[in-house]
Amino acid sequence: MVEKLVIIAVIILGVIAIAQLMRVYEISSKLRKNNEAEISTRDNRLNANMMLLFMFGLFGGFIWLMLTYGWTGRGEAASIHGAEIDWLLNLNFIIIISVFFITNTLLFFFAFKYVKKPGVKAFFYPHNNKLEMLWTITPAVVLAVIIILGLKTWNEATADAKAESIRVELFSKQFDWTARYSGVDNTLGKFDYKLTTDNNELAILTTNTIDTAIQNMESGISGIKALESKLNDTHLMLAPADRNAMVKDLNRKNKLVRLLYQMKGRHDSKLDAQAWDDFIQKDTLYLCKGKEYEFNFRSKDVIHSAYFPHFRAQMNTVPGMTTRFKFVPSLSTAEMREKKNDTQFNYALLCNKICGGAHYKMKMMVVVLEEPDYKKWEDSKLTQTFRDKYFASTAVVEEEM
Amino acid sequence: MATVAHDEHDHHEESFVSKYIFSHDHKMIAKQFLMTAVFMGVVAMLLSILFRIQLAWPGEASDFVSFFLGDQWAPGGVMKEDMYLGLVTIHGTIMVFFLLTGGLSGTFSNLLIPLQVGARDMASGFLNMLSYWFFFLSSIIMLASLFVESGPAMSGWTVYPPLSALPQAVSGSGLGMTLWLFSMAIFIASSLIGSLNYIVTVLNLRTKGMAMTKLPLTIWAFFITAIIGVLSFPVLFSAALLLIMDRMAGTSFYLSDIIVGGEMLTQHGGSPLLYQHLFWFLGHPEVYIVLIPALGLSSEVISTNSRKPIFGYRAMIGSILAIAFLSFIVWAHHMFVTGMNPFLGSVFVFTTLLIAIPSAVKVFNYITTLWKGSIIFTPAMLFTIGLVSTFITGGVTGIILADAALDITIHDTYFVVAHFHVVMGLSAVFGMFAGVYHWFPKMFGRMLNTRMGYAHFWITIIGAYGVFFPMHFVGLAGAPRRYYNYSVYQDFDVESFDLMLDLNIIITVFAIIAALGQIIFLFNFFYSIFRGPKADQNPWRSNTLEWTTPVEHIHGNWPGELPTVHRWPYDYSKPGAEADFIPQNVPLKDGEEEH
Repeated sequence: MVEKLVIIAVIILGVIAIAQLMRVYEISSKLRKNNEAEISTRDNRLNANMMLLFMFGLFGGFIWLMLTYGWTGRGEAASIHGAEIDWLLNLNFIIIISVFFITNTLLFFFAFKYVKKPGVKAFFYPHNNKLEMLWTITPAVVLAVIIILGLKTWNEATADAKAESIRVELFSKQFDWTARYSGVDNTLGKFDYKLTTDNNELAILTTNTIDTAIQNMESGISGIKALESKLNDTHLMLAPADRNAMVKDLNRKNKLVRLLYQMKGRHDSKLDAQAWDDFIQKDTLYLCKGKEYEFNFRSKDVIHSAYFPHFRAQMNTVPGMTTRFKFVPSLSTAEMREKKNDTQFNYALLCNKICGGAHYKMKMMVVVLEEPDYKKWEDSKLTQTFRDKYFASTAVVEEEM
Repeated sequence: MATVAHDEHDHHEESFVSKYIFSHDHKMIAKQFLMTAVFMGVVAMLLSILFRIQLAWPGEASDFVSFFLGDQWAPGGVMKEDMYLGLVTIHGTIMVFFLLTGGLSGTFSNLLIPLQVGARDMASGFLNMLSYWFFFLSSIIMLASLFVESGPAMSGWTVYPPLSALPQAVSGSGLGMTLWLFSMAIFIASSLIGSLNYIVTVLNLRTKGMAMTKLPLTIWAFFITAIIGVLSFPVLFSAALLLIMDRMAGTSFYLSDIIVGGEMLTQHGGSPLLYQHLFWFLGHPEVYIVLIPALGLSSEVISTNSRKPIFGYRAMIGSILAIAFLSFIVWAHHMFVTGMNPFLGSVFVFTTLLIAIPSAVKVFNYITTLWKGSIIFTPAMLFTIGLVSTFITGGVTGIILADAALDITIHDTYFVVAHFHVVMGLSAVFGMFAGVYHWFPKMFGRMLNTRMGYAHFWITIIGAYGVFFPMHFVGLAGAPRRYYNYSVYQDFDVESFDLMLDLNIIITVFAIIAALGQIIFLFNFFYSIFRGPKADQNPWRSNTLEWTTPVEHIHGNWPGELPTVHRWPYDYSKPGAEADFIPQNVPLKDGEEEH
């Protein structure tokens, strides 16, 4: 508290001191008959010199940053399309940095050079069509090149993935990532958010998961039956607000369960096979060097963004729709560690769309393996498919019940 | 006869309330806008210093942070994650809408449109008053949202749903978000009323001889800004309305298949992308609503203080028109990686990059205006040169971001933050400062202190570049925006982590320097209102009509008849003339040619 009082006192004294200085300045400028509108030659020169000085400072600072952090400070791209993006980025940087230097130099240099000099009148020069055409057409030509090259890279990066690309689903929620690999058939099983249960976090669609979801919704701990019995229990005194919340919850669940029954009626059990061989992977995403991956992004709650800084890849994950992005990892984790001379280095997947308080912690490690190692890892995972895990856990659940 | 009647009307006594509070006079309303904007600007700047401290010294206790946020939001002097997002959100909202839209257009359109076109007042003084008081009300609501128990809106200034629609997703999406939406709805009403008034005034109340081709570029800029506002703000209004419905009435415009906080929602079929389209349909023109008035003000200042006509007057108008038109067909360049169809993305790459052409024309025209001029470095002129520099520096990085292929890797990183702060934040703020320094004598009848103006400018531009130049590198290294800290990088890429932390400290130090520099301005501003030296009628020896009005403000602006306009506003250093300026109301001499 004392500190705050001292700070406030210092501020007040400071203001008073400045006010006194101003009084002195006011009186002296009255004596000099200065009304602030006339800028003295000295002040003009001072600012003109400052313009030049500032320009050198600005350029110097920029060059220092580039030297310290290595051009753009990005390091090498770890994917095939990423290398192309970096090439294009460098080209664009060369263009814009030239423009930056040239135009800023002209600006500050003219400001310095054409400062008011006694007896020199400004040159009346209202327009010149040729000059104006010049600086309309030149940027247009440069931009045409930028646009054509940019669209070429964009079209390649966003084209549909090849049929043989490995399909992986990345499922996002506040505040973590889960991957689902498509298994031996390389086809991801279908999903529907209404199927989310404790043992089916990714809401994968099979005949069994529909049944479980219906059962959960009807007879689960806070399912429809439980709610109804509470609401109908005449011995139970409920606060009106609680009662309203429960009625609302009940209506919601009745609606959802109706939809689940419709889903059950429409479901084709032949599709189950697509889902059963999928396997789920948390914490670390394993990729195989040189293979194309098509990522299918989903979100459970709000928008997230799957951001792979080292692979130059990014795509938002949007609740209610699937988004896609593909890339080919071109450097294994081991190779990148060697290049960076950092044994602790890893690739990562981050969230790059504001999604709540712990947004900044939402991450998944990414490891790129050479093909033999990747195969070894994949084989071990193929023994723990969705089917294996699902029935293991439902068995436990049934035993408990 | 009309003028006689008006004279009588001018001299009636006004009460304190009708003169200073519910005034219909555009000059007073301009001052009201400016005062409110200055206050809002200071608040938003303070918020930015708070979160800059967190970024530079994450997790370290700070008395400064604890002083402003208290135990609830900064227990032990370390701000909470949620509050960090709240600060970022409200900083952006206030800066974009309240300072640079309401403040900039509100102040200078109000002050200069009637004075420079030669009108007694705005077309509707009453609506003009209403526009200010709506602005005031929305400012109060926005500030009040900072004091809500569950915190202010926390989903970024773009308030994307579902995050902004679901109170379960983040605490600020409760009452704080509701207040944000209501504040914005009122703000939009204010902006629309104001803009309609500006458009009508420019079209109908120009004095005799004031053809559209004789208007100062300031008026062209305000006029086009107002048109953009009228066409785009209603779209944001509808976006906000739909969001209110999703939040309060259980509709599913933006929501589909969501499980949040353990609750499975029934909303199905909506699209979060719809909101983004609606938002950016305003959001991108909004950038130009912010920027174009600043370009207008600086065109006037650069010409007056180079003692030269603005180079390429018609090209300047043409490029503003082109920018305004293009600004409506580029919005989805904010959405390249949202899951929007990539083909649509390529169309927006094309239209967006086209904007670089009129922008380049403007820059070269500014620079050519300086060439062979006789430059007088008033503080307003310094800020104008600052504006041109930041417009270049921020503009060129836009070329990178507009290129969808490159945007994939830098979208939503600090590179974007640096880009838009330089090109629209700094340029617009510099334009606004230029405007305040240049027209202060017109507003308050007194002069600002020049030396303090110099100190203010040099500290501000050094601070500003010091903040935003390194920020590009932070972004290129892969730092996502709206991160509470970058500790996550420590787990896998120490080199990048070190770069981010080093530069974040430099940035914060410069931010504090720049913020302290603004104290000089605030002091100068308030001190000079009361004690600055009395201004002459035309202190900058300028051509435009506002300098033909008396220094003391009168209702109706000109004591006698309205001036008649005979020439364009840029006859500076015209060959054959004695003085180096010829005001617009001076008739052409025999045989004198128009420019």
